[in-house]
Amino acid sequence: MDYKGVWILGEQDRGKVQTVSYELLKRGKTLAEKLNVDLVAVLLGYQVSPAELESLIHYGADKVVYVDDPVFGNFLPDPYINSLTKLIDKYKPEILIASATSTGRTVAPAIAIKCHAGLTADCTGLDIEEGSRNLIQTRPAIGGNILATIKSPDHRPQMATVRPHSNQPMDPDPTRKGEVIYEKLEAKFLKSRSRQVAFIEMKEEGANIQDAEIVIAGGKGCKTEENFKMITELAKILNGAVGASREAVDLGWAKYPHQVGLSGKTVSPSMYLCAGISGAVQHLAGIKTAQNIVAINSDPDAQIFQLADIAVEADMFEFLPMLIEKLKARLNK
Amino acid sequence: MKIIVPIKQVPETSNVKMDPETGTMIRTGVEPIVNPLDLYAIEEAVRLKNQYGGEIVAVTMGPPSAHKALREAISMGCDEGILLSDKKFAGADTWSTSYVLSKAIEKIGNFDIILCGERATDGDTGQVGPGIAAWLNIPFSTYVSQISEVTETKVTVKRIVENGYQLLDVERPTLITVVKEINFPRLPTLDGKIKAKQAEIPVWGPEEITAESEHLGLKGSPTRVVKISTPKVSRDGERFSPKTDGEMEEVVDCIIRFFEEKEII
Ligand SMILES: Cc1cc2nc3c(=O)[nH]c(=O)nc-3n(C[C@H](O)[C@H](O)[C@H](O)COP(=O)(O)OP(=O)(O)OC[C@H]3O[C@@H](n4cnc5c(N)ncnc54)[C@H](O)[C@@H]3O)c2cc1C
Ligand SMILES: Cc1cc2nc3c(=O)[nH]c(=O)nc-3n(C[C@H](O)[C@H](O)[C@H](O)COP(=O)(O)OP(=O)(O)OC[C@H]3O[C@@H](n4cnc5c(N)ncnc54)[C@H](O)[C@@H]3O)c2cc1C
Repeated sequence: MDYKGVWILGEQDRGKVQTVSYELLKRGKTLAEKLNVDLVAVLLGYQVSPAELESLIHYGADKVVYVDDPVFGNFLPDPYINSLTKLIDKYKPEILIASATSTGRTVAPAIAIKCHAGLTADCTGLDIEEGSRNLIQTRPAIGGNILATIKSPDHRPQMATVRPHSNQPMDPDPTRKGEVIYEKLEAKFLKSRSRQVAFIEMKEEGANIQDAEIVIAGGKGCKTEENFKMITELAKILNGAVGASREAVDLGWAKYPHQVGLSGKTVSPSMYLCAGISGAVQHLAGIKTAQNIVAINSDPDAQIFQLADIAVEADMFEFLPMLIEKLKARLNK
Repeated sequence: MKIIVPIKQVPETSNVKMDPETGTMIRTGVEPIVNPLDLYAIEEAVRLKNQYGGEIVAVTMGPPSAHKALREAISMGCDEGILLSDKKFAGADTWSTSYVLSKAIEKIGNFDIILCGERATDGDTGQVGPGIAAWLNIPFSTYVSQISEVTETKVTVKRIVENGYQLLDVERPTLITVVKEINFPRLPTLDGKIKAKQAEIPVWGPEEITAESEHLGLKGSPTRVVKISTPKVSRDGERFSPKTDGEMEEVVDCIIRFFEEKEII
């Protein structure tokens, strides 16, 4: 198999390279170093500035392959899938990793079909097997109850999506040099059978929980909608997103996009702080990959404590106001 | 209008057992149910049928007993169920699963819309929907929270993404994966249950769908599960039980220090 190199699928939004791209570069770097090959960031966009493209090099890419076209102004599956399939066919990378964002999870499965590649979903661990140079992929499945290790030994590229925020980017090095390749593709790769008619920004603050570094979540233990506002306030102070248990969503204290768990979102923030959440398996399924968990609950036997790095057995109505006051003072807010 | 709904049968409990040899699931002794997120796809199909007319075909690839999942779909309002079951299909990853489903859908033919769940609660990849669309080479939309209009030529959908909602016009025929926000699944009716009980469920194997045997089952799957382990549930965290205001304050300080250590403030 003459496939060589590690590729990461960069993401941009209105010309701005998204943090998930830098996180992938860190993952990719480890793999590229072990394989002793180039790390390449591929990016599709419209009028992305040279400075933005260079930033991918500062964060670890040896090369950037960039396709510029108005069709990439918004995300549409067809041109993404067809362009990436074409580029993979041309450059033949041995590994392609994408972020498990709405974009990555949409395009990667279709590309895998077209390239006859194996694709492992939502990985939390990636490594290279000594000797075989195979990609070893680890992912949680079955509601987080098991960890599966997966290989695609006979197919290239080996594809994986990686949980956003399951690792930090490297520190950027503004002196790092690399090559930016502007690829031109034939019109047939850029056609789309769908068209964006509108985009409605999520106005509500703190709704983007999958992307958030900090998630503050509340459950039925808040008892009223009014009390749930403590959660919102704490999230605001910390610039975090608001999460909620299904009970809290069903009671109307938070909207569905805030729901964390099996039938809601999986979050992987650096910090997950929750109060008044019992820790049902379906809820735990959504937070197992959070790096740090702080839980506040008045019940000493609450299941959530099993997963907590810091477990506080206290009445949230006494504890949270104190935490909010002290944090405000500490952050001059 | 013809709507096809691929549904998956999944184990009911969260205590699923795995075969450490093959890395596949042991299904004996676990009550199988319709993947909870597929109920939203079924419900949406029924709503579209009520609004625009037509028929709904539910299809599943699984063991012989998966006819039960199809009967449940029929009891909720689907017209027909087709079971894809054969030893050769066993152990398929998402690449092979979407291949088999796409071949079956081609055989059903003349479809307008395919509705999938966002993901299955066991394998949990969310890859099969986009995979089917890629095999069939039809446009598709993921994370759809609303289907607002269906015309002769296009479908208008609302997708939920990280920072908002994207409104798209998509050419027909098309595949859509739906999220929970889209509707409230109905309960089966008595009439539906009777219909489901009496329904003939055809079983198709590789020959019926003219599938290439090298694309089937474990053998036809690019990915290999090489190891299954049970992650440590407990993080052995620190436990505090503050009683007085003073103790409470100490714990608050400790959390703020923890935030500083982890560089989130
Ligand atoms: C198929 C399926 C899918 C599901 N998906 C999800 C999902 O995605 N997300 C999800 O969250 N759930 C999900 N659930 C529901 C889940 O089983 C639980 O019912 C739910 O998570 C419970 O929410 P809760 O913790 O807010 O409420 P409860 O379980 O009622 O817990 C409230 C907690 O608050 C504590 N409390 C009360 N007063 C105080 C106080 N003064 N101070 C501090 N603590 C206090 C209590 O001790 C208790 O632990 C799902 C269920 C099923 C069957
Ligand atoms: C622990 C474990 C980890 C795995 N990891 C991977 C992996 O990373 N990559 C990979 O390629 N495979 C993986 N597999 C295999 C995968 O689970 C199977 O291929 C499975 O048949 C489909 O994938 P899914 O459960 O993820 O479905 P999803 O893609 O999550 O299902 C999405 C939707 O597709 C439809 N659908 C899915 N399966 C069927 C079906 N059998 N019949 C009808 N409709 C269906 C339903 O509408 C469903 O809501 C894994 C299996 C296990 C046991």
